[in-house]
Amino acid sequence: MNSLLKFITCGSVDDGKSTLIGHMLYDAKLIFADQERALELDSRVGSAGGDIDYSLLLDGLMAEREQGITIDVAYRYFTTEKRSFIVADTPGHEEYTRNMAVGASFADLAVILVDASQGVLVQTKRHSRICSLMGIRDFVIAVNKMDLTDYSEDVFASIKGELEKFFGEIDCRSLQVIPVSATKGDNITEGSTNMDWYEGPSLLAYLEDVDVSRDLDEEKQPFILPVQRVSRPDRTYRGFQGQIESGVLHTGDEVTALPSGQKACVEGIISAGKHTDEAVKGEPVSVLLDREIDISRGNVICSGQMVRTGNGFTADILWMDEQRLIPGRNYILKVGTSQITAAVVKIRHRVDINSGEHVDAETLSKNEIGSCEISCTDRIPYTVFRDNRAMGSLILIDVVSHMTSACGVIRGVPSEGENLTWHNMDVTRRTRAMSLGQMPKTIWFTGLSGSGKSTLANEIEKRMAAAGKHTMLLDGDNVRMGLNRNLGFSEEDRVENIRRIAEVSRLMNDAGLIVLTSFISPFEADRQRAREIIGSDFIEIYVSTPLEECEKRDVKGLYKKARAGEIPQFTGISSPYEIPSSPEITVDTSGMTLKEAADYVISMLEKL
Amino acid sequence: MKQLTHLDKLEAEAIYIMREVAACCEKPVMLYSIGKDSSVMLHLAMKAFYPEKPPFPFMHIDTTWKFHEMTSFRDKVAEKLGIEMIVYRNDDGIRRGINPFEHGAAYTDIMKTQALKDALDKYGFTAAFGGGRRDEEKSRAKERIFSFRNQSHGWDPKNQRPEMWKLFNTRINKGESIRVFPLSNWTEKDIWQYIKRENIEIVPLYYAKERPVVERDGNIIMIDDDRIMKYLKPDEHVVIRKVRFRTLGCYPLTGGCYSDAETLDDIIAETLGAVNSERTSRVIDHEAAGSMERRKREGYF
Repeated sequence: MNSLLKFITCGSVDDGKSTLIGHMLYDAKLIFADQERALELDSRVGSAGGDIDYSLLLDGLMAEREQGITIDVAYRYFTTEKRSFIVADTPGHEEYTRNMAVGASFADLAVILVDASQGVLVQTKRHSRICSLMGIRDFVIAVNKMDLTDYSEDVFASIKGELEKFFGEIDCRSLQVIPVSATKGDNITEGSTNMDWYEGPSLLAYLEDVDVSRDLDEEKQPFILPVQRVSRPDRTYRGFQGQIESGVLHTGDEVTALPSGQKACVEGIISAGKHTDEAVKGEPVSVLLDREIDISRGNVICSGQMVRTGNGFTADILWMDEQRLIPGRNYILKVGTSQITAAVVKIRHRVDINSGEHVDAETLSKNEIGSCEISCTDRIPYTVFRDNRAMGSLILIDVVSHMTSACGVIRGVPSEGENLTWHNMDVTRRTRAMSLGQMPKTIWFTGLSGSGKSTLANEIEKRMAAAGKHTMLLDGDNVRMGLNRNLGFSEEDRVENIRRIAEVSRLMNDAGLIVLTSFISPFEADRQRAREIIGSDFIEIYVSTPLEECEKRDVKGLYKKARAGEIPQFTGISSPYEIPSSPEITVDTSGMTLKEAADYVISMLEKL
Repeated sequence: MKQLTHLDKLEAEAIYIMREVAACCEKPVMLYSIGKDSSVMLHLAMKAFYPEKPPFPFMHIDTTWKFHEMTSFRDKVAEKLGIEMIVYRNDDGIRRGINPFEHGAAYTDIMKTQALKDALDKYGFTAAFGGGRRDEEKSRAKERIFSFRNQSHGWDPKNQRPEMWKLFNTRINKGESIRVFPLSNWTEKDIWQYIKRENIEIVPLYYAKERPVVERDGNIIMIDDDRIMKYLKPDEHVVIRKVRFRTLGCYPLTGGCYSDAETLDDIIAETLGAVNSERTSRVIDHEAAGSMERRKREGYF
């Protein structure tokens, strides 16, 4: 049986990737008659000259055909007499870099196109570096559009020289540079009469013969099985399902479960539904052990020392999200079959795509590559990518949007012998806030009894919580009963009451929370002190509902008692309320529904 | 030491995907269309979890216009394997008399796409396996193995999540769902060779046999029951011809081909030498360039 080659085509936009593959399929008679008819029909409609537009064979999305560009990776399957191929045709636009990376993660070899009339571009280098990051070691450079340079050997030689120098810096095993014309068909499936000076193989001939195997002697490799699922159809059966990522497993072998470190012997192996005594790398198995040990999804059953366990490592990552990387923020990390909360605690450097230099960076934006330190909330099994691809590759998932924000490969532990711990990262007010994804604030509601402070604060907290914010509401109910229960209503105690509330609010802000407070807080001096304690995160909201309205509402019957002299020093009746001199927001709840009042306050908060 | 073949690797990949879904998705279902790809997918699901039964139900969207041999095959297979088979029909569409002759594209929308969306919502399935392959059609060639759908089941082809190595991101928000295609990397040839290797039972309509047919707009349509008779045009005559089907769907919308392929080997030989792709026999795919993508955006598999 002939071997399978998985390759991608990449390079800058308009370098002719889709056309190249389309032409290859067409010339090698690898498309069906109906597809050929459709292609000829589409070309007649789409292009001015009526020539066949080979790219239409691959650009299958409506938006792609309308815009004449490739947006997402297309997979094509074809077989020649010598070999089977799967080609992932990837987009050249920088905007769609992540889709190119998807194709690269899948391929054994990359065909990188360079437009002979343009030379080596930044995007050419970006794609080459991403291919290298994703583990591709074999490269073919197709220097395309040679027809536009009159098939000039000098142009080709100069581009080839530049490329060989560039690939010298990249970890690459084989490199073949071929001059082609994708539209005219030179050196695609057959040699070209236009370039007698080129003596190498055509692109297809090269792809049919190139050896990209990484086959190791699996007998000598350590056994690695990441556990996908524990099967328990009944009490007597407990099978660990997963795909073998390295080595060979026999019945009777002693294996270790990680991270627990417990050992057991293999009692039975089921591979793709059949009982067997031996299973090798790549097989989907269900493994039975001779004793009950602690194993669940995300654990690894293995032998040897290759798989490590730890709660941190260094990795090279490609950032793919519109939202930039925020160090310290929690993401979901997936390595092997483990999923765990983790954070990028430090960016060691960003890689300059063009020069390859290491640049200091505070963050990574979309399409940038960098080296960073990742810290997990618990110990997980992993390997470095060089040792094993399945256990050494990772993705980071955004907790809220669930977007796959980054992909990367594990390079090593942060410093040899010393495991990074969650605790020794510098946890600051800023990192805590970032990990919650919000700006901490203290929203201080002040106003007369019955003005609607608590109702309003309550409603606004509900809305914030619904929007995924982390909040805390402080009011008489939860403060007077506990923290401040030794305080009465003397002037001294009222001052102390407000001071404690302000201090607690500040601590909660430090923890990253948004605090809402609802207290009458009648004195300007006290509110001023709270503002000083809390600092720039303090927002004062004056609920200015007039006294008559509050007294009319009199929900708790307090005004009635105060008028009857039963409550001494009642604000608004027997004790003054000092109107705030410069509150951030003022809202009068009389004549407004709760919804209207809350809408108004939220809209004002957003403007601050 | 043993070496995995191309088919072994495809099998392993599909099983890996099925186990990931079973382990990570809240409420999965496997769509079962009774065709050859579904038969392969069901076979793989049985292998993936053996000796446990697949930890999810199967579901068939029945338009009521499927070939009779298909529905009897479905019931027989479900009983033999002891799996849960949900059969869902759009009762509203049936009441309104929606049929493929008079309602054209609306028929596909109401009896297939809408029915599928309703069924997924009714049972609250968060992930649904489908037998789609990337070599079938150009927009499928662009689709991820884990393909995300919004709350109204729509696909956004311009903004697909990256999918790296085997690290499938299965996380979704409430109301969203995932369509999962474990056979993405299989070709039609792989399917037939695997059916042969594993001795998988398929609907007999795939094998050539003398059947009553009419020719309509270049398609060979089989007379599967009397309901078609009143829609025949004066120049359409029922004849007996030896035909087989490369894909199966609703009988009035599925064109057969003249063939003598009576065995799997004949079919494989025919597939290898085929000049037309299999979807030419799907009447609905011909409408316009991009018709498949449009349907997928609207929630079709």
